[in-house]
Amino acid sequence: MRTLTKKNLLILGSILLTFALVQVLVLVGILDSFYEITIATICINIILAVSLNLVTGFTGQFSLGHAGFMSIGAYVCAIISMRIGTVGGFLLGLLAGALAATVVGILIGIPTLRLKGDYLAIATLGMAEIIRVVFLNLEITNGAAGLNGIPRYANWLWLYFFTVMAIVIINNFLKSSPGRACIAIREDEIAAESMGINTTKYKVIAFAVGAFFAGLAGGLYASYFYFLKPDLFGFMKSVDILVIVVLGGLGSLTGSVIAAILLGLITTFLQSFTAVRMIVYAVLLVVIMIFRPQGLMGSKEINDLLKFRFGKKEEKIE
Amino acid sequence: MLEINNLNVHYGVIHALKDITLKVNEGEIVTLIGANGAGKSTTLRTISGLIKATSGGILLEGRDISILSAPQRVELGISQVPEGRRVFPDMSVYENLELGAFLRKNKGDIKKDIDSVFEQFPILGERRKQMAGTLSGGEQQMLAIGRGLMSKPRILLLDEPSMGLAPLLVREIFSIIQDINRTGTTILLVEQNASMALSIAQRAYVLETGSIVLSGTGEELVKSSDIQKAYLGGE
Ligand SMILES: Nc1ncnc2c1ncn2[C@@H]1O[C@H](COP(=O)(O)OP(=O)(O)OP(=O)(O)O)[C@@H](O)[C@H]1O
Ligand SMILES: [Mg+2]
Repeated sequence: MRTLTKKNLLILGSILLTFALVQVLVLVGILDSFYEITIATICINIILAVSLNLVTGFTGQFSLGHAGFMSIGAYVCAIISMRIGTVGGFLLGLLAGALAATVVGILIGIPTLRLKGDYLAIATLGMAEIIRVVFLNLEITNGAAGLNGIPRYANWLWLYFFTVMAIVIINNFLKSSPGRACIAIREDEIAAESMGINTTKYKVIAFAVGAFFAGLAGGLYASYFYFLKPDLFGFMKSVDILVIVVLGGLGSLTGSVIAAILLGLITTFLQSFTAVRMIVYAVLLVVIMIFRPQGLMGSKEINDLLKFRFGKKEEKIE
Repeated sequence: MLEINNLNVHYGVIHALKDITLKVNEGEIVTLIGANGAGKSTTLRTISGLIKATSGGILLEGRDISILSAPQRVELGISQVPEGRRVFPDMSVYENLELGAFLRKNKGDIKKDIDSVFEQFPILGERRKQMAGTLSGGEQQMLAIGRGLMSKPRILLLDEPSMGLAPLLVREIFSIIQDINRTGTTILLVEQNASMALSIAQRAYVLETGSIVLSGTGEELVKSSDIQKAYLGGE
């Protein structure tokens, strides 16, 4: 019990420290607005990646439609905060967007999660495309031209807060009984069924939680970048998120965080070499996948690795 | 305790079970033997609710459970140890056992029961932190059985527990099955290893392409010449 609280304090400490560090760097001017955009992108990508990892890495359901849920959150948040131009409106928009994504996630999840593997991937891909086309044709979303002048309330503080929240909630979910059920489904669906686990139910729950946070990330995106158009949420966006998850390791939240930061930094540093950027990026991914096909972290978390270290020390003392 | 009446199961157009009727009394070990594809696994999966029957009744203590969901049947005391062991490979032995108790609420009781599984299978206790996927085949089978016991079943459905194990281990597994039975759990055992199954079962049914062709006490079937020819390699 005591080590548990100690561990929690350690986590809390590092969360605050990271925040303080970035804050100081911004204040001193080492991190200018250019890097602030990088940091914002990283935060949003972390939320997207950990939520997709819940669905694909931990529950084993291959989804290619994460950008679809993101776009729902983005548009709902944008539309609400454009009508209620206060912080309250922004937060209300975030919540409404995340919930709207959740509802769509559940409605789509119930029929599609009975499908397996490739079929599920195609179904979720199709779903995201349908959502995109709907936004392209709605009046309230201003079609292909998109929405401009969304009130900009999402700042580094909010982004950091929601990123930490997403990680903590998903991490706790995975430790809860429904979370264990999700992992059991990934491990062996037939065995999970034999244990009395209602597999469809838990797949839908994972899908819904994933959609909620994708929607939240979308809302943050809309508010931070104050401009939206349907093309931002196409197939390639879903693939981008999947790349982060696979690179970090299917089934590792820490891996998703590290991969999102790494890819965010690489993209930024390659910004000035537009021509070679995509090539370098792609080559890098291929190389990493060849040498570490299980992703940077595999299915391990950072504390698994630390535990291993400490465990060894204890043995020596004895 | 468990009664199956005129059960029919289809996979699309395939008629996998044809009018099966069988009965397991409280405290018995009953075995269902038959060749590959006879429909043994289908029978167990239908009893535990993983497959829907086309027609027929499944009664547990006189109550029709065929309309209940699989989780509800687990809660009523039916537990299946699936064919091919199917442990959760990237989870520890301990976590596998915890998942066996997924539908139970009382955490303290669950801990106690995990300890009693470790008493019954000391090797699992030694390896409680090991990933289940790295256990040997025999250890995995023990884990699968232990996990099946974690839901506190009144009847345990075992699907070919001897599959892929060396003769010595098969003997061990079968004696464990008898131990479990002695502590009050009724057992329906599906096997291809007919001689071993018949040696521990009070009663047996023989399944052939979806129909029950023979039934009787274990001894009767061992003596039957049809069985000798078809399943025991006798003349
Ligand atoms: N999911 C399925 N879809 C279609 N047909 C199936 C399915 N599962 C089983 N069958 C068919 O039903 C019949 C019975 O299969 P079952 O698995 O019950 O046999 P079994 O007696 O358990 O065989 P084995 O000893 O090889 O495990 C077989 O002909 C099989 O091909
Ligand atoms: Mg079988």
